Amino acid sequence: MRSLMTGNYASAYGAKLSRAEVIAAYPITPQTSIVEKLAEFVSTGELNAKFVPVESEHSAMAACIAAETAGARTYTATSSHGLTLMHEVLMWASGARLPIVMTNVSRAMAPPWSVWVDHMDSIAQRDTGWLQFFCQSNQEVLDTIIMAYKICESKGVMLPAMIIEDAFILSHTSEPVDIPDQEMVDSFLPAYAPEFKIEVGKPMGFGSLVKPDQYMEFRYKAMLGMKAAHDRILRVEQEFKQVFGREHGGLLELYRCENAEVVLLTAGSVAATAKDVVDSMRSKGVPVGLARVRAFRPFPHDEIRALGSRVAGLGVLDRSYTFGAAGAMFSEVKASLYNCPKRPVTKNYIAGLGGRDITPKTIERVFEDIQLVTKRGEESEVEWVDVAGLPRWWR
Amino acid sequence: MTKSYEEIPLTPIADMPSTMNITGLWRVIRPVVDKKKCKKCTICWKFCPDAAIVLVEGVPEIDFRFCKGCGICSHECPSKCIVMVKEGSD
Repeated sequence: MRSLMTGNYASAYGAKLSRAEVIAAYPITPQTSIVEKLAEFVSTGELNAKFVPVESEHSAMAACIAAETAGARTYTATSSHGLTLMHEVLMWASGARLPIVMTNVSRAMAPPWSVWVDHMDSIAQRDTGWLQFFCQSNQEVLDTIIMAYKICESKGVMLPAMIIEDAFILSHTSEPVDIPDQEMVDSFLPAYAPEFKIEVGKPMGFGSLVKPDQYMEFRYKAMLGMKAAHDRILRVEQEFKQVFGREHGGLLELYRCENAEVVLLTAGSVAATAKDVVDSMRSKGVPVGLARVRAFRPFPHDEIRALGSRVAGLGVLDRSYTFGAAGAMFSEVKASLYNCPKRPVTKNYIAGLGGRDITPKTIERVFEDIQLVTKRGEESEVEWVDVAGLPRWWR
Repeated sequence: MTKSYEEIPLTPIADMPSTMNITGLWRVIRPVVDKKKCKKCTICWKFCPDAAIVLVEGVPEIDFRFCKGCGICSHECPSKCIVMVKEGSD
């Protein structure tokens, strides 16, 4: 059934269709309407789940961890400062190998206070052992939640996943979204059946002390889980396509990259704007393309290497900045490319922080700049885009 | 004994209780109870942070499998019937 809905309602429908059994959440702008909708589903009986209103995001994640340990499929949603408050327990969820699925409505960190989109909150959680999916559309948000449960609950993976939706641009903007039939989702996504859970009559200790003689082996296993997630993401998406007729581009979506001389790589909703720019530049005969990082964890190193070896210039547009370094995606991309015999000129563009619009005009100028530095052979600069006081970029 | 990553479970779980982990070996001093002086107030039993004191008709018996010799029982005992002595001495 097609319906007009916001990214937040798409998240709520994703969790409902996946038959989340326990939902624990704390409201925060701009995530609130996800949780409101789910509370409504539970109160009307449309969703048979236990809804746990908690006193903080730290507790929300802790409640999900407890419920997941008891064998329930769980869901939560948060944003920005809520996500960063969860930081400690995010590590707990992944270390305990609990395939919790959460939506993070990506929002800038304060101060200065902001409720608008950027990716600093999500990027700051990249080392927590969670799979991270950046979405471009509301449909992708809904579909990725369903896929994430299937990816994460598979025995070889058993890690949690964060579905990232851009604040307001997706969370509060309505788009046509296809709501799949429950029976189809049920046939695609079996019930959660973990190998280890709290069971009466089978006492076990969870999260107990492991001494230096055994700790690394557990972390090694978690690393294998994240590594296995790469192929699992691709396979589950193919299965999803067979059932629902849609796909969203694996770990790295390539848009018109065939015979492209320069490519812009980015993540999130800005990729949709960039695709329009690629279309208009291509129509004028300019060979440009767009690469969209869909999975930031696991990072698509192999896909980036394959792309990097066949383009002359690769610009990376980050919607966050790691102080003292560069945009996080840019650092990852460069790390991927370093050992390639043939690698492109790279440059980093920091744009759209705190909800600043990234317009088609800006993206066009970024493309022109990549072409310029590729010609000159300049490498690895970081430039802030659309900052008042920087005359080169200020519109 | 370190197990291969292939031998350990996916989830860090323990299939035995922590009472299997004998921690009394950490001790360098140990409590000695003068049972005749004991007034059966059970304060030592309440204060022991490791539940290493078992009461036998109200009188403390130290479970040396878990007693780490912290001395809290001795410090709290109002009738001063628990003294700490160096391990290895009588």
